[in-house]
Amino acid sequence: MAGYLLNRLWQSVVLLVIVSIIGFAVLNLTPGGPLSQFALTPGMTQEAMDRIAEQMGLNRPLPVQYLDWGWRLLQGDWGTSYRDGQPVLDVIGRHITATLLLMGTSTAFSIAIGTWIGIHGATRPYSIFDYSVTIGAMVALSIPTFWFGLVGIYIFTLELGWLPAGNMYTIGDGSFLNYLHHLIMPSLVLSLVNVAVWSRYMRTATLDVINQEFVKTARAKGLTERRVLMKHVVGNAMVPMITLAGMQLPSILGGALVTETVFTWPGMGRLFLDSLGYSDYPVVMGLLMVSAILVLLGSLIADLLVALVDPRIRVG
Amino acid sequence: MRMTDQKQKFAATRREALKMLGITTAAGVFLPNLLGRPAFAATPPETPTGRIVVGFSQEPTVFNPLMPRIEVDDGVHFSLFDTLFRIAPDGSFTPGLATEVPSIENGGISEDGLEWRVKLRDDVKWHDGETFTAEDVKYTLELIVNPNFRSWRTTGHTLVRDITVVSPTEITWKMESAFAPYLSFLADTFIVPEHILGAAEDPNTAPFNNAPIGTGPFKWGSRTAGDHLELVANTDYFGEGPYIERLIYKYIPDLTVLYTQFKSGDIDIIGSQYITPDNYEEAKTLPGKVVTTVSTATVESIYLNMERPQFKDLAVRQAIYAAIDKQTIIDALYYGLPTPTETYMPQESAYFNPDLPKQSYDVEKANQLLDEAGWIAGAGGIREKDGVRLSFTNSTTSGNHLREQAQQFIQQSLAEVGIEMKISNLPPAVMWGEFWTQSQFDTAMVGVIFMIGADPDVTYRFHSEAIPAQGGRGANTGQYKNPEVDALLEEGGKTFDQEKRKAIYREVQEKIRADLPFLPLFQNMTVRGRDEGIEGVQPNINTRIDTWNAGSYYWAS
Repeated sequence: MAGYLLNRLWQSVVLLVIVSIIGFAVLNLTPGGPLSQFALTPGMTQEAMDRIAEQMGLNRPLPVQYLDWGWRLLQGDWGTSYRDGQPVLDVIGRHITATLLLMGTSTAFSIAIGTWIGIHGATRPYSIFDYSVTIGAMVALSIPTFWFGLVGIYIFTLELGWLPAGNMYTIGDGSFLNYLHHLIMPSLVLSLVNVAVWSRYMRTATLDVINQEFVKTARAKGLTERRVLMKHVVGNAMVPMITLAGMQLPSILGGALVTETVFTWPGMGRLFLDSLGYSDYPVVMGLLMVSAILVLLGSLIADLLVALVDPRIRVG
Repeated sequence: MRMTDQKQKFAATRREALKMLGITTAAGVFLPNLLGRPAFAATPPETPTGRIVVGFSQEPTVFNPLMPRIEVDDGVHFSLFDTLFRIAPDGSFTPGLATEVPSIENGGISEDGLEWRVKLRDDVKWHDGETFTAEDVKYTLELIVNPNFRSWRTTGHTLVRDITVVSPTEITWKMESAFAPYLSFLADTFIVPEHILGAAEDPNTAPFNNAPIGTGPFKWGSRTAGDHLELVANTDYFGEGPYIERLIYKYIPDLTVLYTQFKSGDIDIIGSQYITPDNYEEAKTLPGKVVTTVSTATVESIYLNMERPQFKDLAVRQAIYAAIDKQTIIDALYYGLPTPTETYMPQESAYFNPDLPKQSYDVEKANQLLDEAGWIAGAGGIREKDGVRLSFTNSTTSGNHLREQAQQFIQQSLAEVGIEMKISNLPPAVMWGEFWTQSQFDTAMVGVIFMIGADPDVTYRFHSEAIPAQGGRGANTGQYKNPEVDALLEEGGKTFDQEKRKAIYREVQEKIRADLPFLPLFQNMTVRGRDEGIEGVQPNINTRIDTWNAGSYYWAS
């Protein structure tokens, strides 16, 4: 077990280095850069831009910049945001809570609902229920979230006035109830897509299991249908779901780019878009590293969990 | 200080107010809603009351006003800090931290423009209670040119020598050479506290940069990164206002959502980038909202790269200009909002030249110009001359739908006269990176503010020594060169007399209009909106942002 973990850790470090090199190169080799946003400023001259570039260390050779960044990272210094001059980890820290709350709520909700729909549909294949959720899932998956969000705002905010148009809180009211009120629409819009995904996976996984010999055996033993379903079918169908859930970890923390924009939710997805737009390289690199680490961590946890629940699989 | 006087006049006495109330009520019977609201309502409250939420589509993140910043950062700086003097909407300067605007007439500036003397107010306090003095001004001017400090523009400031603090309320300096636009640069230079930034280890990373202390009408409250800023009234403010207790700058990253939150009442004022033209008709009908159009200094144009062989011939530039149907672009794509223009100078400016020849859409003339200049139709109907094909690429920010449609429209117009225009758009960071600054484009569709405040100096945009692609240090990205324009710009830069300057810059506009290094399309118009009942909002074409006077905002009660 320890050997297995050590091996995984070693692989992860190599992967992280590769990811960081590629990320750094792609970011810095793209023409433009953090100063282009000032190019059209009235009175801005090339002289001033050159001076600022030098002060920011942008005119050093790329490998030097990379090694400098990497060396600092090893010492725990993730760099400073070009936009607001704050340490990168602080910047990420200030956005991660908002994302965690939104994505956590919506993921928990979608897993619960999606799993139920999936099982329900799979045990009654080609029933009206199964058909309607299949169609519903296809619709939810094909319509852009942005559109869903705007339609939601139109109906529930502008027409009915039931829900706020976005934001995490009403400015000046930081109460929990106020937050919950704001959470409803974005988390439902996000869940719409996630429920669709989860229910499709769960349906397939359940169907895979439901016709296998051991299920017939269980039935032959005279177990109630409910017991067969809960103990034998669902238990086994959940194994691939664990892997899927593990892969969700980075997206839970990575945020939802579109939903966070429509609902002005100050989370990680928006931070990523903004940082990219302003070529805030230190923050983009920080986010890249955080999500790479989460991907590796998520798959490791999933592998360990699968080994734990499925006696056929052993790690090491 | 004209505004302050007005306020005192309005505030008057309670008895007078009541009398006015009576009069307006009586008048209201006969003249219902003549002004849309009773006159007495336009009185600011005695003590700061209420809250206003301003929505911005970009997030203000730079709070040290001397560091590189974008428009929305300016908006916040104007609320927190003060300049020595301000630019009023009409282009005149009004005193801020200074007691008067220095000029040759009042002796603030010497005849040769080299010696400056500024007298300062003695009743200004920093938000932490310390007294503002000439030392703060000295520190600010020195910090800007400190090579270790990552300052924004340094134009003008680099010419300042021998800064002397004569007394806490008086400061003098010498200029290495006369530079008339320096007044405008100073009107955009916010003064920072010496006792705080000067004591910091490194002003680039000082805690001040995220908890600024200024002299302005509002004090720093708190910041929720990625969401909003909260400022609170500075009740000790020396100038007009503030009349509201709290001022919130809310960041809403998408223009559609910004407009939606304006409709839903989440924001009270829709700030930069305002209401998109396609929503103007609907916005006008919204109940409880005041929606107006406001002209801005941004001039939309097609920039030509003058070093490309196609554009060396004046006839080609004239022909392209004649083949563009400006009015249709304005009417069909921009909902008729912008004003067609022939120059880079906003029409509101005192320096605007109204006598420039008017472009008219004339395909025949375009064809004739090209025929006469010897550009003959070649392969595929594209004109050519001496082996140069009349074909070029036009670029702009990708994702700007209005510009993209205008490009396609112009592309078709030009094809009719045998000119091929290819479209190649780039993401903003790429477009305005070296591609733009080092003149790697053929032509670019771009909206530029040429003015620095209200100053007409465009040396950095049109002087032949300001071409970065040729080792110059300015922003002449079209690589325009005209020795006569160079000479005029040099003359204008050191002339303080306004009438003489007017003559000079009108001539500059005339020459540039004749040379057509860029094809002016129109001056931009923005659609702005606010809740009914908010008073004191005043557009200012000489600032980059609408909240330049947030200290004067108030809720009519």
